[in-house]
Amino acid sequence: MDVRISNAERVELLGRQKALEIVDKAIRHSPGDLTEVIIRGGVSRLTRFTENYIHQNVSEVNQGISVKVIFGKKIGVASTNSLDEQSLREAVENAARIAKLQKPNEDFEGIPEPEDVPEVDAFSENTYAFSAMDRAHAVKAVIDKAKSKGFKAAGAFSTDAGELCVANSLGIRAYFPSTTASLSTVVMSETSSGYASARATDVAEISAGEVGRKAAEKCAMGENPVSIGAGEYEVILEPLAVVDMLTYLAWMGFSAQAVRDGRSFVSGKLGQKLFSDRFTFWDDGLDKRGFPMPFDLEGVPKSKVVMVENGVASELVYDIKNARKEGRKSTGHGGFGGWGPMAVNLFMAGGSDSVEDMIKKTGRGILVTRFHYTNPAHPIKMLITGMTRDGTFLIEDGKITRPVKNLRFTESALRVFGTMDMVGKDMVRAGRTVAPAIRVPAFTFTGTTEF
Amino acid sequence: MKDFTDLALEKAKQLGATYADIRILTQHQESVRTKNGNVESMGSSVSKGFGVRVLHDGAWGFASSSDLNETQVRGVTAEAVSIAKASATVKRARDVELSAVDPVVSKWESKFRIDPFSVKAEDKIGLLLEADSLVRRNKQVRVASGSMWCLREDKLFASTEGSYIEQVKTEVGAGIEATATDGRELQRRSYPNSAGGDCAAAGYEFVLGMGLADHAETIASEAVELLSARQCPGTETDLILDGSQLGLQIHESCGHPIELDRVFGQEASYAGTSFLTTEKQGTFRYGSEIVNIVADATIPGGLGSFAYDDEGVPAQRTVIVDDGMFKNYLSSRETAFELGQESSGAMRADGWNRTPIIRMTNINLEPGDWTLDEMIKDTKQGIYMETNKSWSIDDRRLNFQFGTEVAYEIKDGSIGAMLKNPNYTGLTHEFWRSCDAVGNKDEWRLWGLANCGKGEPGQVAHVGHGAAPARFRNVKVGVGRWT
Repeated sequence: MDVRISNAERVELLGRQKALEIVDKAIRHSPGDLTEVIIRGGVSRLTRFTENYIHQNVSEVNQGISVKVIFGKKIGVASTNSLDEQSLREAVENAARIAKLQKPNEDFEGIPEPEDVPEVDAFSENTYAFSAMDRAHAVKAVIDKAKSKGFKAAGAFSTDAGELCVANSLGIRAYFPSTTASLSTVVMSETSSGYASARATDVAEISAGEVGRKAAEKCAMGENPVSIGAGEYEVILEPLAVVDMLTYLAWMGFSAQAVRDGRSFVSGKLGQKLFSDRFTFWDDGLDKRGFPMPFDLEGVPKSKVVMVENGVASELVYDIKNARKEGRKSTGHGGFGGWGPMAVNLFMAGGSDSVEDMIKKTGRGILVTRFHYTNPAHPIKMLITGMTRDGTFLIEDGKITRPVKNLRFTESALRVFGTMDMVGKDMVRAGRTVAPAIRVPAFTFTGTTEF
Repeated sequence: MKDFTDLALEKAKQLGATYADIRILTQHQESVRTKNGNVESMGSSVSKGFGVRVLHDGAWGFASSSDLNETQVRGVTAEAVSIAKASATVKRARDVELSAVDPVVSKWESKFRIDPFSVKAEDKIGLLLEADSLVRRNKQVRVASGSMWCLREDKLFASTEGSYIEQVKTEVGAGIEATATDGRELQRRSYPNSAGGDCAAAGYEFVLGMGLADHAETIASEAVELLSARQCPGTETDLILDGSQLGLQIHESCGHPIELDRVFGQEASYAGTSFLTTEKQGTFRYGSEIVNIVADATIPGGLGSFAYDDEGVPAQRTVIVDDGMFKNYLSSRETAFELGQESSGAMRADGWNRTPIIRMTNINLEPGDWTLDEMIKDTKQGIYMETNKSWSIDDRRLNFQFGTEVAYEIKDGSIGAMLKNPNYTGLTHEFWRSCDAVGNKDEWRLWGLANCGKGEPGQVAHVGHGAAPARFRNVKVGVGRWT
């Protein structure tokens, strides 16, 4: 896969050949025993709107190169966003100078050998060519839906066209161009708000009017919410709320580094049943239902890693360091520095129920559209706190009866995915995660607010 | 550089812009991270580029590039104008207007005694590894870690109104952590603060002054002690917060809701809006009568200090809360104009490739009359909490919940047993109205916070918070199911 360099005067994208020339040059200049080079960059454009008008509209072109020079186990890193010959040499010399001043890092396990990297087509000319005026038209389509109900829309429409090139002195030469288009909106009335979003490789797959319609409908459903007390409720978490919890679960639990550091709830429990039979959860960087990425920031091809299968904690994600310490192969999840490996292309298995089925099965419960400002309170207990936002509803006797004011929850993700009793059949893609809605028989809300 | 700034501003005017500014920046950064006796990473980075912001037909456009040459300056300026024209197709009934500011030609540099970029790498590594080794003397510590960074930002701002401002700011930060686990419980203590420690607009003398090694064994033993400490009980009680946690409380429950762009809905779809709507200015009781909060960009050494913001507005000291009453916002030229006011000088951008948005400066709780000892002696039943561990607040900045690394019970005026996993929750105005004691100027210090996220595309701001310990009555603590 390569990209078309459409703007000869302004270098927005390098293209495969130019990117590889630059990384080759950096590796040739390097005096190190080993060298790793990463180029990341491209063009990012974004239009923001609020109160039914555009208030911010920006564009950025940037390419950065990071050079890691290694002498024995002494490592130095330098980066720059100037790709000219002199800057490149300075970056290499800087990295070498830092490495020479270092103490050996006894934790260092080398750099990866080259492997075949699968081709993934994730670049859309439509998205790359999408202009500020195109974004304005799309934003207007969202605003028109809000206005039609007497509401106000806020949100952002962004398009990115980027390149990632990872190379090392053992022969890795991996190049991946990609595009992303993303539209999100919060439509607001005097007393409520509704959220909707869409994200795609090809901007043509995004219907701005549909995003506006969904958000406006949710906003209308939520008007004049009533206060409800905190406490334990049956709960239906729509996919966006599930995605929030899955992200913490993967980040804090299923990294080999987190397990080695003893900060993961999976430590000492691999192979044990920690969740509901209904819960299967994996990472797959090659599945096009998500946002694929064929290799990691160490240049290792992505492997599918099933982290939970029918409730059993089964596999962890690895980078090169953690893999070699355990005599295993990297799964292609490296390059996040001190955090260790991370799963970033998440999928949860769907079930057979619709959200309507879940509502019918609920005696007295809460339907949550999404969460806001979630934060882990305890990594081993997987206790997470956060607020509901943009559509929270009371369910009584199998029906949504009233919108309610937002609630704070403080709940364990282990309990949520351990006790869920219904799983949605409709999958939603949010960020890099694909997830269904779920129903949980008991979920702890610990606070209330004024709206 | 003036050739480039003149080129951009003239080009913008030729293309019909009614206002334009350009910022040209270079940021140098060096960082070291250590873990369990090893240097986990050490690196340096350079980021250079420029951004042009224009008003055309009453709407904004911004474009930026890392490539600084005449062709790019012309091209980026033309793109900014064309983006503004697109913005103008979906604009409000009235055009964007800016509050007045006097044009200024000026140079400014932040002060430091020891240039952190001149300090030998082996000295920086040695400082962190000495502390690391002392932390690991305690064999129950699983992970000892440390970090240090320094940043130099060289920024030029020029506008069509005649301003030409050069500013150079040097910042440093450092901290250490000890993490202990027994397989069932995981506990962490940090010094001098969590999330990478403390930071300031200063030189290496700031890092040396922390005395990292002097505190290493204490955080190690506290992390281990926490493993077997009693769980913080779920109750309502009097709460004393240390200055660092109070800094984050100010940040989330005062700093963000006073940003006037949030109040006007410009962050609505992302981080949210604000409960401090405009009719509350001057009339709303935010806190008790002893609560006085200022936004002060003029404090030497503050991470949120500067001479001019990214609209060329001079740094200011603005009263935010006066004897408990909400008085003023953080504002920009555009948002201040909406209220018929002048900008409070709070527009800052995270680098050359971001357009300025309203950011906190140094948001400080003014000192009161108490010592921490007096506060504790005066408390019959309560809890003292120290050092932030987790944070969350609703999208209008009302309902918050914070966790801290450690707490101690207070009984009959004395500190008692250590408590693990402490947290507290409340509503912003109820909480600040319950404040009945604020530490004095000897207890007060300015904390740096280098990870404040806001905006789309994301921007990270470096801000400051001055605080002394303070006491709050009848606060809900120990929230959640912990057994």
